[in-house]
Amino acid sequence: MRTVYFDNNATTRVDPVVFEEMRPYFCDLYGNPSSMHSFGGQVGKKLGEARERVAAVLGCDPAEIVFTSCGTEGDNTAIRSALEAQPDKRHIVTTKVEHPAVLNLVNHLVKKGYHLTLLGVDEQGMIDLDELRDSLRDDTAIVSIMWANNETGTVFPVAEAADIVKSRGILFHTDAVQAVGKIPIDLRALPIDFLVLSGHKLHAPKGIGALFVRRGTPFRPFMIGGHQERGRRGGTENVPGIIALGKACELAAAHMEEENTRVRELRDRLERGLLAAIPDTRLNGHPTERLPNTLNLSFKFVEGEAILLLLDQIGVCASSGSACTSGSLEPSHVLRAMGVPFTYAHGSVRFSLSRFNTREEVDFVVREMPKIIERLRSISPFSEEHSPSACTA
Amino acid sequence: MWDYTEKVKDHFLHPRNVGKIEDADAVGEVGSLACGDALRLYLKIENDRIVDAKFQTFGCGSAIASSSALTEMIKGKTLDEALKITNRDIADYLGGLPKEKMHCSVMGREALEAAINNYRGIETPKRELEGEIVCECFGVTDQQIRRAIRENNLTSVEDVTNYTKAGGGCERCLPDIERILKEELGAREAKKPSPRPKKLTNIQRIQMVQKVIDEEIRPSLQADGGDLELVDVDGTTVYVSLRGQCTNCPSAQVTLKDVVEARLQEVVDPEIQVVEVE
Repeated sequence: MRTVYFDNNATTRVDPVVFEEMRPYFCDLYGNPSSMHSFGGQVGKKLGEARERVAAVLGCDPAEIVFTSCGTEGDNTAIRSALEAQPDKRHIVTTKVEHPAVLNLVNHLVKKGYHLTLLGVDEQGMIDLDELRDSLRDDTAIVSIMWANNETGTVFPVAEAADIVKSRGILFHTDAVQAVGKIPIDLRALPIDFLVLSGHKLHAPKGIGALFVRRGTPFRPFMIGGHQERGRRGGTENVPGIIALGKACELAAAHMEEENTRVRELRDRLERGLLAAIPDTRLNGHPTERLPNTLNLSFKFVEGEAILLLLDQIGVCASSGSACTSGSLEPSHVLRAMGVPFTYAHGSVRFSLSRFNTREEVDFVVREMPKIIERLRSISPFSEEHSPSACTA
Repeated sequence: MWDYTEKVKDHFLHPRNVGKIEDADAVGEVGSLACGDALRLYLKIENDRIVDAKFQTFGCGSAIASSSALTEMIKGKTLDEALKITNRDIADYLGGLPKEKMHCSVMGREALEAAINNYRGIETPKRELEGEIVCECFGVTDQQIRRAIRENNLTSVEDVTNYTKAGGGCERCLPDIERILKEELGAREAKKPSPRPKKLTNIQRIQMVQKVIDEEIRPSLQADGGDLELVDVDGTTVYVSLRGQCTNCPSAQVTLKDVVEARLQEVVDPEIQVVEVE
């Protein structure tokens, strides 16, 4: 059975070109870039090239890039650094719909005595800039707002948010893990202090990420050790990963146009097809301010995990914000923050595409999905009566 | 990715007995759209026996599989037999469920109970009346929690959440669940027989045998007009003599083996053999 991979916000296929780029750095060119000999030194040069490639896709200086092991490390480094560098500032602002890499970190920091303001979102998953403005305090150490939401694809007005925050002299961090490679980013034009990206979301392998730290921003390393990354992140470099990330960023820049035309068209085709074919279906997320690859739909009266299991039977990979898929008992914190009714929240499915998807795959899912929903609705006791009762009634 | 058994997958992909029974004799319904899973069970009952069962379920793969399994298990059973089915029986029928999914099997058992109550004209009491609501998010009462702890030998708060959903939402009730769990675990501990000393000396063994015979076995035999006398103890062989009605009783040998020997093995020493002497 062939696989239709529509789960690219979870992770992506390593681009074969990226893999070829990193391949020699395992068994042949395995030197340590810190070594004095030229066998290691040539690897150091290659790392410099990778750093330039990553900087190019972000529009920043290569010296402002710190390689990390993943997005979570980048988020932890940025937020903890901001707090450590400003010990008299005890207030953090972020949103209710952040990735757990930020949300669980700030909840942990609250237990350590920090103060937290969580910004809400509207029914389309969008933040309110006035609420942001009102949340800022004299002791606010850092504001962390994701560039684009992983579940719904809603893209936040990061430029405006950063302007508001910087006008108060507060550090601004953005988790751009879902945005880098999908939408254009130019840090020259934006007053952002920290930006985080992750390799495996843009066709590089897992285990490599990068943190942008603007020159002049106070910084305290999270990983303390050797002099690597100019003392900003100790530990021997993940050489093949860094080289792969550099290549993946170069390719992302080259494919940016395609991502926003061909991939967007595929996503729109899937969206139109499913909404037309399946009644009682709604879009979760912003209709226009949205990543070009992401589609989050809710199917009333059916449960997300059951949908995923049936999709799996025909080789289609997607994910769900339903309670049952996560092992927790409540549906996704993102959908709840958006006020998606429970009657829809349990039946959410996220399709996230990439440049490796085809129109034929989209048409296959548009053809098969109505049968799956129909099958589960025929089992469901609610499909015919449309009168849900409250949970505790 | 959940590690579902082949049987769970089979019952999810090919659920048995899906649908409604239009002229059902009993209907049981638990859960709701808001909860994330719901089950409606229809029964056809003749002479107190379930002759047909169908279901409709909104929920994940294991909820659908548990419902399907339940209908297969109860068909042909009398109502009293069906009521003996526990959530663990449903999970066992499916070859086990991931522990985070055990609440799906609890939903099956609750729907069955609701249906039979419905048939017997017992108003299924509102949950509020059946106990005190502990978990506001999912409307779970202390009685439901206690029952799940007892029937499944649960030992942690996390288990309770996996089986009943209680504590899976805002988590404010977790301390209450912990208190209930402690009470139940305390009760379970008290029920256990006092632990046996590992290695008994001869004199200890003889004293314990004498004590058990005098305090437990003889009074129960005397109640039926019989009696028993301890003659000798040699290592693990216990020699006894039957008295009174027991001497003529055709089932005396059974009593000796199934009651006296079993009890002595349980309390004193698993090696004990009871031999009757004149």
